[in-house]
Amino acid sequence: MLLNARWPQRILALPWGIILLIVAIGGFGLVVLYSAAGGSMRPWASAQGTRFAVLLLAMLMLSQVDARLWLRFAYPIYAIVLAALVGVEALGAISGGSQRWLDLGFIRLQPSEFMKLAIILALARFYHYLPRGYVGRLAGMWPPLAMIAVPAALVMLQPDLGTALMIVAGGLSVMFLGGLPLRWIFGPGAALVAALPVVFNLLHDYQKRRVLIFLDPESDPLGSGYHITQSKIAIGSGGLTGKGFLQGTQSHLEYLPEQHTDFVFATMAEEWGLVGGALLLLAFGIVLNWGLRVAMRAETMFVRLVAGGLSMTLFFYVLINVAMVMGLAPVVGIPLPLVSWGGSAMMTVLILMGILLGMNRQKREPLE
Amino acid sequence: MAGDAEAKRTFTRRALFLGGVQVAAGVLLTGRMAWLALAENEKYALASEANRVDLRLIPPRRGWIVDAAGLPLAENRPAYGVELIPALAGDIEAALATIGAIVPLAAEDRARINTDIAARPKSVPVSVATDIGWEAYAALNLRLADMAGLQPVRSFVRSYPQGSAFGHVLGYVGPPTAEQFRESRDALLLFPGFRIGKDGVEKALEPVLRGEAGARRVEVNARGRIIRDLDTRPDTPGKAVRLTLDRGLQAHAAARVGDGSASIVVIDCQTGDIKCLLSNPAFDPNVFSNRIPSALWKALQASDHKPLLNKSLQGLYVPGSTYKPVTALAALGAGVPPSDSVVCNGRYRMGSNTWHCHGRHGVVDMRRAIAKSCNVYFYTMARRIGNDAVAAMARTMGLGQRFELPMPSQRRGTIPDEAWKLQRFGKPWTAAETLNSCIGQGDVQVNPLQLAVMTARLASGMMVLPRLLADAPAVAFEPLPLPADQLAVVRQGMFDVVNGPGGTARASRLRLADVAMGGKTGTAQVRRITAAERRRGVIRNEALPWKLRDHALFIGFAPADAPRYAISVVAEHGGSGAGAAAPLARDVLTFLFDRERAEKDLAATITERERKARAAARAAEAAAAAAAATSAAPDDDEDRAGGPG
Repeated sequence: MLLNARWPQRILALPWGIILLIVAIGGFGLVVLYSAAGGSMRPWASAQGTRFAVLLLAMLMLSQVDARLWLRFAYPIYAIVLAALVGVEALGAISGGSQRWLDLGFIRLQPSEFMKLAIILALARFYHYLPRGYVGRLAGMWPPLAMIAVPAALVMLQPDLGTALMIVAGGLSVMFLGGLPLRWIFGPGAALVAALPVVFNLLHDYQKRRVLIFLDPESDPLGSGYHITQSKIAIGSGGLTGKGFLQGTQSHLEYLPEQHTDFVFATMAEEWGLVGGALLLLAFGIVLNWGLRVAMRAETMFVRLVAGGLSMTLFFYVLINVAMVMGLAPVVGIPLPLVSWGGSAMMTVLILMGILLGMNRQKREPLE
Repeated sequence: MAGDAEAKRTFTRRALFLGGVQVAAGVLLTGRMAWLALAENEKYALASEANRVDLRLIPPRRGWIVDAAGLPLAENRPAYGVELIPALAGDIEAALATIGAIVPLAAEDRARINTDIAARPKSVPVSVATDIGWEAYAALNLRLADMAGLQPVRSFVRSYPQGSAFGHVLGYVGPPTAEQFRESRDALLLFPGFRIGKDGVEKALEPVLRGEAGARRVEVNARGRIIRDLDTRPDTPGKAVRLTLDRGLQAHAAARVGDGSASIVVIDCQTGDIKCLLSNPAFDPNVFSNRIPSALWKALQASDHKPLLNKSLQGLYVPGSTYKPVTALAALGAGVPPSDSVVCNGRYRMGSNTWHCHGRHGVVDMRRAIAKSCNVYFYTMARRIGNDAVAAMARTMGLGQRFELPMPSQRRGTIPDEAWKLQRFGKPWTAAETLNSCIGQGDVQVNPLQLAVMTARLASGMMVLPRLLADAPAVAFEPLPLPADQLAVVRQGMFDVVNGPGGTARASRLRLADVAMGGKTGTAQVRRITAAERRRGVIRNEALPWKLRDHALFIGFAPADAPRYAISVVAEHGGSGAGAAAPLARDVLTFLFDRERAEKDLAATITERERKARAAARAAEAAAAAAAATSAAPDDDEDRAGGPG
């Protein structure tokens, strides 16, 4: 019988509710991109749709990868991505500009995107093998901190504040879940807040300006504050149920910048209103909740931490993007997962989901 | 393993905590979105609408200004210009270079364009060049397809077909000042290329002429490109204004005066209609419609002929002997019979001073005194009746007054009397001043319009009030508070000035069979003649520098037997009233009665003027003495007044 064969069973065992939710979010993204192009499949919706289909397939294939394999290759993956990061940095320095990608001819890869995942895997592996007693000791703390700091610093140099933030946030989430004593969390947390002015001074001028304008967008209505102002107008003018599909003037008349990438949420909110926005956030919430539940049900530290860390990474994507679009956070370049136009982020998120699905499959099985 | 169980509990607690953080973040984001979309929905809906809809003004077309016969004095001609939307243009320098290949752009134009671009949002069109002509416009239209942000625009520019002849009457239009915008808050004033009246009728009747802007509601995208029209409210053009002026007459007068510095006012005695209100030289309002070239502006300001001053309303002159009819009327009004005679032997003694006449006129009565312009007669009569009677008569005749005209300003001048002297100088009036004033010298100052009104009143016997708006309701004038026979005496004297034997303006009789002119010459001293000069013999005007020559004046009316038109002429530094002003009056009045004749005369005058100019140029080239080449009008009898000698 076909249904008793090994592969169909494994496929049927997948949490299809969550997968359908992913498809629904991505599909809604395509609808929004279709509208953002003025009611046209081109240039965004069709390309994004193809990409989405291919990457969904890749996600399903990744979901079959054994957790043991991820454990074994966690460090090599981290090392390769880190090397690639150094590579683009060096190439960028040589070509005299900021360069964030590796051009492989058929695709441009941003190593920093993969680092968001690699850092989770590597730290999960580290804590998986770290004896409990060392979690709060210096010997158990500096390696993960170094593993976070080195790639984050490299990405900062690119400069890509948003991605660096994601790496740090994801890494710290794993350290937190890994059991780092609370005093080591709140102490440095307070120190970091105290150090904010210093950090601020380390930022690039345009990044400083973004932060300042975030605090007072009206101070620069035609410049950098324009993004936030126009985005708030799009969301606010949408009202409860929105202006209707294809009726968004802010996006169609190009008042909303980056209407198909970082500010796609505003494009969506203008036409679908609070109802659309709340439903989208709810869908993400369900996926995140499922991710955390996978983590909490898992028997091994590695699976727990990978599932929890990836769930948090996805959470940071959504949180930072939506907060930025609503004027609650400075404008940093973070796309909205599965909705924003673009290949790199979509690939990262679907790989993330693939790994997460794999972890879900093996939450009951021991790793050794 | 106890450690593992402990680690799992820790993990679960912390995962639950992070789950709580996620839920809290979800609530925060949803709450924030609800705040924006519900609580602040109205504000953002308005902002979104303000983004989307742009109100584009349609500037109203300015009302025409026409003469009494409906001939245009100020109209609108289509003009072509080019604008650039910086947001669409990309490389501004390249765009300007491309446009510059078709329409030459000066360095200052480029500087202005760059300032404009820097000062405004990038989506607002910036005017690159205005009034570029149809050919350049057509050439630019061909480039539309391959040049983003280029916008050829069609508009209307004020046009004055008669050029400088009506410069002072009409004024000119120019861009509104920032202050004018602050006062009115009218967005129309910010419209690129919009012009408002800056002087003359254009300024005084601005509310009538301007009209009301229309508006076009358009949907625009963020870069200022119009996506579609929403609706349009058409503009209401300004109303046409009909003036009482006679376009042909004033143009003729301007041509007759040529380069000279003169004012000519013609009034219809019956209606008060101003037929001619010339102030020469003037500026060409067509040039002022666009940007005034600074070199031209400097030249206009520097010119000693004062082309920026409206001489007919704001030029103040000592009236000289043209004032004598006033003194004569005052004497008649005070009961002096017109037959009372005075013996003139060329001088009048008062106390230890001697006052001069410009001739020995023998026995003169009033009619002869006016015809000969005898100073001694008027000295005698003015002393008999007192200066205040003369001043009162001057005011009755319209001197020292402003009239209701659609012009931005008039100067009142001065009619001196005892009260004025006391107030101005804190000193009592002297008899010497009476002598000076009664022959229109000293402190008496009038403008040419007042002189024309005075003449019209004298000629018609009515309290004529001048009017410039042809469509204003005509009012019947009150009669002057003077008996008709007294006015007749003065008019007879003025008839003799032009037509009688020995009249001062005999050379300027109308060369028409059935129309005669009455008038009075006047010469106004510009400098004081010292006793030493008088002993040496007064220097002839032609030998003096232009600025020091006397002003030539003439007032007149025609036909003498049933006056219809009154005229005043002031030829600045023209020398003598008879020599410079009366011929102008003759030629201008001739136009009203025999247009063909007048035009023939004018052609001859212009030919003669050109011949003289060529001769003068040749003379200058040959470095000959300037005085030899340019002998001007013949030396007529002078009515120069005498100072104390």
